Amino acid sequence: MSNMNLYSRGDKFFVRINMVLVGLFTLATLYPFIYIAAVSFSSGMAARSGVVVLTPVEATLAAYQNILVQPEFWISYGNTFIYTIGGTIMSLLIVIPGAYALSRPQLLGRKYWNLIVAFTMWFNAGMIPFWLNMRDLGLLDSYWGIIIGFAVNAFNIILLRNFFESIPSSFEEAARMDGANEFQILWKVFIPLSKPAIATITLFCVVARWNGFFWAMILLQDEDKVPLQVFLRKTIAELSDDHEFSASLITSSFSAETVNAAIIVCSIIPVLLFYPFIQKYFNKGILLGGVKE
Amino acid sequence: MTNLQKKSQWLIQHFKKEWQIYVLLAPAMIWFFTFLYTPMYGLQIAFKDYSIFKGIAGSPWIGFEHFQTLFENDDFIRAIKNTAILSAYNLLFAFPAPIILALMFNEILNQWYKKGAQTIVYLPHFISTVILAGIVITAFSPSAGIVNTVLGWFGVDPVYFLSKPEWFRPIFIGSGIWQEAGFASIVFLAAIAGVNPSLYESAVVDGASRWQMMWKITIPSILPTILIMLIIRIGNLLEVSFELVILLYQPATYVTADVVNTFIYRQGIQSGQYDLAAAAGLFNAVVAFILVMTANTISKRYSRTSLW
Repeated sequence: MSNMNLYSRGDKFFVRINMVLVGLFTLATLYPFIYIAAVSFSSGMAARSGVVVLTPVEATLAAYQNILVQPEFWISYGNTFIYTIGGTIMSLLIVIPGAYALSRPQLLGRKYWNLIVAFTMWFNAGMIPFWLNMRDLGLLDSYWGIIIGFAVNAFNIILLRNFFESIPSSFEEAARMDGANEFQILWKVFIPLSKPAIATITLFCVVARWNGFFWAMILLQDEDKVPLQVFLRKTIAELSDDHEFSASLITSSFSAETVNAAIIVCSIIPVLLFYPFIQKYFNKGILLGGVKE
Repeated sequence: MTNLQKKSQWLIQHFKKEWQIYVLLAPAMIWFFTFLYTPMYGLQIAFKDYSIFKGIAGSPWIGFEHFQTLFENDDFIRAIKNTAILSAYNLLFAFPAPIILALMFNEILNQWYKKGAQTIVYLPHFISTVILAGIVITAFSPSAGIVNTVLGWFGVDPVYFLSKPEWFRPIFIGSGIWQEAGFASIVFLAAIAGVNPSLYESAVVDGASRWQMMWKITIPSILPTILIMLIIRIGNLLEVSFELVILLYQPATYVTADVVNTFIYRQGIQSGQYDLAAAAGLFNAVVAFILVMTANTISKRYSRTSLW
């Protein structure tokens, strides 16, 4: 398809129009990020009067100075790291052995164990029974509630189980001859062979944990335990709920808008740093493996 | 030895030999029972007059009373209607967007340009709902937002978009497309990459244009993928991203914005009417279950590719 001489004049026109349209969509995707960054570096008065379009107006670091001295910001940032790292490790500790066991032909009642997992994709009890259950387990307002309560999902287990099933049994036979047990076979044969699939699941977990806010918002009351997204939501709510009230927050140097934008920027930076690593897995097709089974 | 004895002896042998597999399986199964199946047992409060002091099992049964209350509640009916409308808009506008985007990416020959554009349009997928809402609220703010700034250039007075019920749906669907269209196009790009190149080669020999090849070869070839994605979408029809709704709506826009899950959130978590909210959740879950099962049956029949 890359042979350019095969294109007629009409094709060249079509290709150019298409390039322009894709370019416009790309710019439209990029623009909100640039706009938010510009607002975060503008003065409160400038942001409030709506003159910021592309670049900072009356450039200042005041909004950043305002949030970087708030202990809640740092505490919630630290909590997000705890939930992301702790939650991802917990997920892998449960999902990898579980997926391995479900992939083994000698597992008795394998069909039924798999059904128990898959059924949760089709039916779930919903928000209220889940919340009541967390409360009854004593997991409200607890780090462990967030870390364990959301550790597993059926999709990740099935994705990994399918990957394990696709590994030819010849790989494990040599290890079995040497008298390796199941733990050793999982650790020394299956995990090394499944790096791309495990990386994909790790990616899903990290992204979900970093971005999760709803359950953190309703399970955690203690302000010392909330993650960054909940802290961010609180400042956004102040901005939108009560437009008159937030006007009192304007000083000449920063306003609710610029502070809000600055927190958004601080929260996106780690995602941007992580992004090149994420990209490596986009086109390997593994992300799609789960879609089709 | 009787059959039963033989069988139990075999079982003992099996567990002696294979106990390690069951140890590996245990944490996952314990997790599923503790966090997903116990709440299913708790769902019975949908049919009970639940009191915290009597507990789930001790509360008295009241039959379908909560469901009756729900269907006499205008807010609940409105929430069902809004969920259906947002889902329909999603299907109409958000579903085709990544397909069109993938077709457009496929027509770009400059690899550098294509990679660069893809890198950018995949990015919003990885930001959180809270950040998305923060961007939307900032951009649409009446005094400070860029949208009103631009409208101001054309002499339009500032509009407080997020307090206007008629603007909620376009803003919600639009921000969803902004966040997901790029990333969702990956699936279709992969399907396009799998099209047999000889089809294009013979089309070129016949003097077909790019436009014709797109309509006659590419789109028919990726139709199975489109169908599968459509079926998945229909199965998840009720899952409008209510987290975004919670962040963007306000009492003034409940008319168009309140969906079933936000209704459940307000009734249950905020007002403490757990039994009524659980009933609304059960209704939601049953409809979702029927949709998923129907979607899978259809998929099995017509494409011979079941979703699981």
